[in-house]
Amino acid sequence: MRTVRTDPARRRLLGRALSLAAAVAPFGLAFGVLCTQAGLHPMTALGFSVLVFTGSAQFAAVAVLGSGGTVVAAVLAGLLLNVRCLAFGLVMAPVFPRQWAHRALASLLMIDESMAVGTSIDAPGLRWFGYLAGGLGVFVSWNLSTLAGAVLVPGTGTFVTDLGIDATIPAAFLALLWPRLTDPVQRAIAAIGGAIALALVPLLPAGVPIIASAAAVPLVLWTRPAGAAT
Amino acid sequence: MSAALVTLLVLAAGTYGLKAAGPMLLGRREVPPAVERAAALLPAALLAALVVTSTATAGRAAVVDARLPALLAAAVLLWLRAPFVVVVVGAAATAAAVRAVAG
Repeated sequence: MRTVRTDPARRRLLGRALSLAAAVAPFGLAFGVLCTQAGLHPMTALGFSVLVFTGSAQFAAVAVLGSGGTVVAAVLAGLLLNVRCLAFGLVMAPVFPRQWAHRALASLLMIDESMAVGTSIDAPGLRWFGYLAGGLGVFVSWNLSTLAGAVLVPGTGTFVTDLGIDATIPAAFLALLWPRLTDPVQRAIAAIGGAIALALVPLLPAGVPIIASAAAVPLVLWTRPAGAAT
Repeated sequence: MSAALVTLLVLAAGTYGLKAAGPMLLGRREVPPAVERAAALLPAALLAALVVTSTATAGRAAVVDARLPALLAAAVLLWLRAPFVVVVVGAAATAAAVRAVAG
């Protein structure tokens, strides 16, 4: 039977999974800090990372809550960011185990990274291995770093602003956005989405301007010349 | 139950629904390519909105404070392909420095 030790393909997949796990750790730390700043208990922070387990949605929901937004606004912002998980599920479904219960469990690990490692190779059996390795590696790293961030950084006093820790949150969002800016369509969507949100902040309750920025997607797609959109 | 806990539970349930729909429906229902494309593009708008609101707002007001130069520093570091840790520390250091100087 092939093991990780004897199979170079599996070793490569494991390597990709481990580097992704290392890459998400600083984001997890930043999320933990964001939760503390928003007044969340460290166990709630950990709960987000274990149960929601998608970085951008977690950041969005807690950012909305922290700025005084409603539960509805926070949940909507998070769900909008997670709509892409639906597409991931359809991509990975053919290589998932047959049993219903196993598929249900495996879906818990459906995130950018498990999808990325899983689709980086063609053989179905190796896709499944890649998905598992990516998902589990990130799961451990993400949750440990969230806990560390939530527990190690004090939320009270001027500690956070004196050290500029509150500025790490916009930086984290920008880092999440950055790889998408190489695509001109996403650049346009980002510019318009940001403008919509900023314009609406004085007019709408906290969190709603963020959801409204989603209008940038149809705006950009429908005003592009036919045939230019890919 | 606190607002945070309710948010957590509802978001977790909704997110799991999105994640499991594909494998549980066994791909019998295809997502139309247009919907799939739109879903892939949503994060660009939402993340940009989050960058803007977390940098330049305080409650319902648009403000300019130490977070703006910190964001610019982060952008420069990202452009220079610095690791995330460096980007985050650079942003924090910039904000702290601006606050220390400007009082």
